[in-house]
Amino acid sequence: MIVKEYPRLGEKIYRHKLSNGLEVVVASKPDHVRSYAFFATRYGGMDLRFQLDGRWLDTPAGIAHYLEHKMFDTEEGNVLQEFAKNGAYDNAFTSNAITAYYVECTEHFYDNLRLLLRFVSVPYFTGESVEKEQGIIAQEIRMTEDDPDWRVYADLMECLYKDSPVRIPVAGTVESIRQITPQTLYDCHKAFYTPSNMILVCVGNLDPEQVIRTAEELLPETGGPVIPRDYGQEESLFPVRQEHRRTMEVAMPMFLAGYKCRLQESGDAHLRQSIIGDLACDVLFGDSSPLYTRLYAEGAINGSLGGNFDLLPGAAYLYVGGDVKDPRRVFDAINAQARRLGEEGIDRDFYEQIRRASYGQMIRSLNSFENIAVSMTEGYFRNFNYYHFPEVFETVTKADVEAFLRENVTPERAALSIIDPAE
Amino acid sequence: MTRHLLTDNVYLTYVPSEKFKTSFLSAQMAMPLSKETAALNALLVNVLSRGTSRCPDMDALGRELDMLYGARLDPTVRRKGENQLFGFVASCIDDKYLSSGEKLLEPLTDLLGEMLCSPALQDGRLNPSYVDSERANLTDLIRSDINDKRSYAARRLREEMFADEPFGVNRLGSAEDAEAITPDALDRHYRSILPRTRLELFYCGSAPEDRVAAAYRRALSGLPRSGRLEPAVTCRRAAPERARLVTEELDVTQGKLCIGFRAESPDEHAAIVANAMFGGSSNSKLFLNVREKLSLCYYAGSSYDREKGALMVSSGIEFANYDRAMEEIMAQLTAIQRGDWEDWELTGAKSYLLNNFRSMEDSAASLESFVLFQAVSGSKETLPELMEAVQAVTPERIMAAAKAVRPDTIYFLKGKEAQE
Repeated sequence: MIVKEYPRLGEKIYRHKLSNGLEVVVASKPDHVRSYAFFATRYGGMDLRFQLDGRWLDTPAGIAHYLEHKMFDTEEGNVLQEFAKNGAYDNAFTSNAITAYYVECTEHFYDNLRLLLRFVSVPYFTGESVEKEQGIIAQEIRMTEDDPDWRVYADLMECLYKDSPVRIPVAGTVESIRQITPQTLYDCHKAFYTPSNMILVCVGNLDPEQVIRTAEELLPETGGPVIPRDYGQEESLFPVRQEHRRTMEVAMPMFLAGYKCRLQESGDAHLRQSIIGDLACDVLFGDSSPLYTRLYAEGAINGSLGGNFDLLPGAAYLYVGGDVKDPRRVFDAINAQARRLGEEGIDRDFYEQIRRASYGQMIRSLNSFENIAVSMTEGYFRNFNYYHFPEVFETVTKADVEAFLRENVTPERAALSIIDPAE
Repeated sequence: MTRHLLTDNVYLTYVPSEKFKTSFLSAQMAMPLSKETAALNALLVNVLSRGTSRCPDMDALGRELDMLYGARLDPTVRRKGENQLFGFVASCIDDKYLSSGEKLLEPLTDLLGEMLCSPALQDGRLNPSYVDSERANLTDLIRSDINDKRSYAARRLREEMFADEPFGVNRLGSAEDAEAITPDALDRHYRSILPRTRLELFYCGSAPEDRVAAAYRRALSGLPRSGRLEPAVTCRRAAPERARLVTEELDVTQGKLCIGFRAESPDEHAAIVANAMFGGSSNSKLFLNVREKLSLCYYAGSSYDREKGALMVSSGIEFANYDRAMEEIMAQLTAIQRGDWEDWELTGAKSYLLNNFRSMEDSAASLESFVLFQAVSGSKETLPELMEAVQAVTPERIMAAAKAVRPDTIYFLKGKEAQE
């Protein structure tokens, strides 16, 4: 077991890789009453085509998310009730690249950890239960289809990407999930829910030895093979389509603009690029940026304007959006400002101001157990240590951010998704 | 945790804690919720947050906050029972994460005080261009709640059910009332309420109490004090003989069924447990039976307001499932009234509640809401007392509290081309 203190962050981490390949991380949080366990697999909505036992499988869109729902069924019944008896709160989510299950509680932590490890590692599906789930998930899909925030994002992804599975909604469609059978679910579980493809992160006032012992006791002794995945042909840096408009029941127009960015391989370079991308967002359209304050004062935007930089397997993009009266005008203003910053450079004092704020934001994020677990997990799957943030942060310069904006945030790389109000 | 009077009608709650990365501050005004003032108060805090005499615009304010290592200072508007709470919450990273030895608490508290007492003025009045732009933003925000059909449906039910009670007033007021506010009216309102309203201050972090009290005293030295406007006592009402049905049509693919009940039992602790078993947790009867077992809804849950004695159910259903969903939701309530549950449902509901209450200690923001809500409702119950009272609730009391839950208004949102 490796023990490491991060004095600049006021954090202490215990790490151990089990012989079956599972990475176990315990983030120590003395004085807290709450404990948190997060068990995640490197498998998400975009892992649709992969090789298992020597043959390529094409699985239906939405299967990772469907599998997540079905894992809660055990031979004894629904595991929710077991957690309920302990007063624990448990849930799960599926993103593009990760499926995660977590439980938080203030009592019976190790019982809850056992339950978590067991229900996620032991699949139990029947034809009847798989069919029944279709009603629930179809409702969930319908609900998101009524959600303009989701729509504007889904439309943008379809504009930006041609082959990459990031363009497919994580939950799939009402039609695609009809093709899911118990056998496909078992195949996916067998391929991706192996200890060597997973990580367990626990946060709280915990005994790391006991966490490790519990994981060793409950999980299979061997890991699993590396599963080859197919994310389609390598994407060009230009969008497929530059604009998409749709009408919905919304109060005012809504937009989301996306810029395809060059990808950075894994490791610290990955962490560094995500820091640069975040700083570029703050400098370009953050709450205290000249563009934001000017557009706000002019009434062109309200507090809803915001965005981020996302790095996924095979895809990186910067996005910005919000509820605005004239999406085109705001989009043009963002493009013009990005060009200006790229050409004339970022004001030195302003850059220092943004750097300080960004550093504070990183420290602040360590208040949240969820953030710690998700950042640790992303770092592990992408081969970097999130707690190196302060050191990597120091290597980033103003010129890096300017170069990022100059190269990536241009109209040629961009697509614009707009929702117009009905009537 | 301590709460004491700092100056006339101004209270400071102090929570010492070393475990957070941040210090958390809050200054909240509390007033009875009313149609006449709800939008004024909501607009006021948004206008005040646009600038202070020293940092008169967003650039200056943004710079000040960024230089305090990304400190935050945001306006908030909340509803508790029949009171409206409005003011600012602020936070900054703890001094110990700064190698420079800088202190962030005092400058941030100063800025908070300026925002309340020393706004950016033009010709001696609140800046009219800020009023105009924040009025437009507030109006858009109120109208945009239609974007999220789940909260839209819940709000519409509340408006219908409490049409002639303060509880039915939207937290932010109505778009029409907001639109009608002039810069003059807002300026008059600000000057009229500032000296009179109850002010609740809060701090959670590693600084000692005397340092916090001194920082607040200095920051609020310009706060005028005269007269007194106290929070309201929330009134309860009985359900009508027959529940009323309100139906609305919008262009949506999923229906929303919301049911408002009056929970008339004075035994609030029993009602808290009854609600957790009925629909207040992911292990409740609504979740496990209506959603999971019958696949009738994507979501189905309930919330209970102990001050108002209101229990609100919210669900997302297929349009055609209205009758079945309605029947099933009522059947689950009947089950609680009859004591028809398994042991684990009761112990699970209690541990769920206790877990939530205990977890609050790990979140400065949760502690702030708790103490603030207690202060405004006049309740002296502490968190440990609340936990003890919930633990002591018996099955008989739950059944009795559930029997006093009676439907008042049903709201159904359906699609425009829905088949009957």
